[in-house]
Amino acid sequence: MFRYVLSRIGQSAAILFGVAMMTFALLYVVPADPAAQVAGRSATHEQIESVRHEMGLDRPLPVQFGLYLVHLAQGDLGRSYVQRSPVSSLLMARLPATLLLLSAAILAELAIGMTAGIIAAVDRGKMADRLIMLLAFVGVSTPRFVMGILLLYLFSVELGWFPIGGYGTASHLVLPALTIGVLGGGWYSRMMRSSMVEVLNQDYIRTARAKGAGEGRVVLVHGLRNAFLPILAMIGIDMGQFMSGTVVVESVYGWPGVGQLMWESIQEIDIPVIMAITLVAAVAIVVSNLLVDLIAPLIDPRIKMD
Amino acid sequence: MRWSLHVIALASMAFATPALQAQDLKNGGTMTVAYKNEMSSLDPAIGYDPPSWNLIKALFDGLMGYEPGTTNLRLNLAENLVVAPDGLTLTFELRPGVKFHNGRLLTAEDVRYSIDRVVDPKTKSPGQSFFAAIAGFADRTGGKSDRLAGVRVVDGKTVEIKLSHPDASILHILAINFSFPVPREEVERSGGDFGKHPVGTGAFRLQEWRPGQQIVLVRNPEYFRAGLPHLDRVQINVGVEPITAMLQFDKGDVDLLGDGIPPAKFTDVMQDPRYKDDVLTASRLRTTYLTMKTNQKPFDDKRVRQAVNYAINKARIVQLINGRAAVTSQILPPGMAGYEADFKGYGYDPQKAKELLAQAGYPNGFSTELYATNADPDPRIVQSIQQNLAAIGINVELKTLAGSQVVAAAGAPDQAPMVWSGTLGWGADYPDPSDFYMPILACVSATRGGWNWAYYCRKDLDEKATQANSIADPAQNAKRIALWQEIYRAVMDDAPWVPMYNDKRFVLKAKRLQGPPAAFLSPVMPLVDYTQVYAADAR
Repeated sequence: MFRYVLSRIGQSAAILFGVAMMTFALLYVVPADPAAQVAGRSATHEQIESVRHEMGLDRPLPVQFGLYLVHLAQGDLGRSYVQRSPVSSLLMARLPATLLLLSAAILAELAIGMTAGIIAAVDRGKMADRLIMLLAFVGVSTPRFVMGILLLYLFSVELGWFPIGGYGTASHLVLPALTIGVLGGGWYSRMMRSSMVEVLNQDYIRTARAKGAGEGRVVLVHGLRNAFLPILAMIGIDMGQFMSGTVVVESVYGWPGVGQLMWESIQEIDIPVIMAITLVAAVAIVVSNLLVDLIAPLIDPRIKMD
Repeated sequence: MRWSLHVIALASMAFATPALQAQDLKNGGTMTVAYKNEMSSLDPAIGYDPPSWNLIKALFDGLMGYEPGTTNLRLNLAENLVVAPDGLTLTFELRPGVKFHNGRLLTAEDVRYSIDRVVDPKTKSPGQSFFAAIAGFADRTGGKSDRLAGVRVVDGKTVEIKLSHPDASILHILAINFSFPVPREEVERSGGDFGKHPVGTGAFRLQEWRPGQQIVLVRNPEYFRAGLPHLDRVQINVGVEPITAMLQFDKGDVDLLGDGIPPAKFTDVMQDPRYKDDVLTASRLRTTYLTMKTNQKPFDDKRVRQAVNYAINKARIVQLINGRAAVTSQILPPGMAGYEADFKGYGYDPQKAKELLAQAGYPNGFSTELYATNADPDPRIVQSIQQNLAAIGINVELKTLAGSQVVAAAGAPDQAPMVWSGTLGWGADYPDPSDFYMPILACVSATRGGWNWAYYCRKDLDEKATQANSIADPAQNAKRIALWQEIYRAVMDDAPWVPMYNDKRFVLKAKRLQGPPAAFLSPVMPLVDYTQVYAADAR
């Protein structure tokens, strides 16, 4: 067990080092000169070179990467080229909103996906099943910004139930969470359905029924526990999807999170911020996968840690 | 010369009287503005994007300023200005009793510190080069000195600025944001993050900044201009898509669209009688143009460049952008001193274009490349240019790329023979004709990474420009402007550009926002002059 955890953490660290190296490489691939950008459009050649020196961009590449890692280890993500503020303070200001949105979206997605998937599995081949699978198909195929704008128009502008974008109260949270939730819900309902269909055909389910357990108990207690495993694994894998989802959804709804900061930084080619967010997203994905791997054996003792 | 406060006070009264409308407007109330992107920085040394630029003007002041709604200079934080006869020494006497938002009195040392801070290479200010005329600039930027020698504190309320050569635009430079005084103790206290914790002398002070959500400004009760600002509070909502902002505007949640009317709604808004009285139109100090690299064949031949000028149907291009601009044939935009309303330039005449091409030795045309950004409407516009040029035999290959890639290629001597400036068009930093020559048409700016995309270089015109810049005496202003007109006419005869159009600015405001037109259409404000706006429902 201990060795398993240790080796998984080791792997995660290696992945993060790779990500750090790639985000650093970003700095040299993007077709923009950061020094010229910072110096402004009226700057002369000498002024741009002096800014380059101030920024430390005239040093050899390995030295710059080494310094980047040293600063990173100290928790220093550098300063934004555009805003000039420390990147860590920009990120910290945005993180709570994104975490709130992500939690609400995962809840919405699971609630929608699992309910729909279970109903479809139980009513396999009937009307409800077909309808749910059709809706799931639509949900999965609709781009997030289209879904966002549709929900916004319908529920905020036409019906007036929710505010037109913004942040602050629970009613601000509903539509953005739903936008991510409906789409993810489509995936999860399909997964839940097939996983549940498979589980419901197992021998132990027949045994449970034979013992006289009610259908509700059979499905929700005996079935769900086993059918849930693939879903759990999926949440970990989905972290990347969530991250990219927040970029779009936060922009549509004016949600003041990391995704919105990412979108603005990409437009302004604010490399230190882009690098930091990429790194934080990578950490989130790696950590959530690690957690999923560690939790799975607790739910299903058949999974061994080795 | 001596500028006294009395003349200026009279001028501003004359301005204010007709502006007040029949209903008497009261001070107080609030306004809400929606923007898509967050302000980058409210540090006057750093913030260079239009939304930041605009807010900084509400939070800070310069030694010089403009009469509201005009490009006419006036004294602002300075009460008195004496320019020495040689034009090299300017002595400013500060207005007494001006306080920073932290309660401390403004001193001459603050002025010195703030200009020195912008020039200091450690600040990495995008405004550094504007101060190049001040004595000691090169030593300070080159690291040979740790102080900008040309700015000197005479006594607590007097500051002296020495120039290394006469420069008529210096008073405009002392009216742009980069020169605005900041309190040193607050800059140091913010730990390099003054842009998020701005403290100035302006009509408003920052109350709250919630990143990604909201910036709230409130009235500075100790503002040195009595009776200003009119509003108690300005709320800036950020992260709002333009189309969402429009929905919020219709609902009454937003009073002003920071990013303008969304293009998809533009025609609707212009035709809707509801908005008729609340859409205001002004020109901007901005020219959008097509450049031709004068150092590359075949554009090294003046006749080829003139042919391209004759070949393009500019009216058609303005139609493509819903008429949101006015066709032009000169470099300076209207509203800028030196603009010539009756200047003809090259009209649309494909026949003449063909003749000129034939004379230059290209009777069958040639092939070339045209660079533009991939942001709408630039790709549509360059297609139209491509068709026009095909009609005279010039075969154009379009290169539509990200803005930064276009800038990089355009600034390289051996690439991008033609560039459509489009959304990257040149806008004035300050309303003086020199700002449209030195950075984009002079020999010094014809370098890799520079903004002289035509690599246009005429030493004799550069000399004339230097001469025009040396006329610092306002009494000789007419002579100076005439000199600039001569320069720009010569440039247009050489035709390194096809000047295409001047953008119009459309401001859609809520009915409840009132005030003189100057409040909404100031040529030196990207959006609105927050100090001049009234809320009609204030009590």
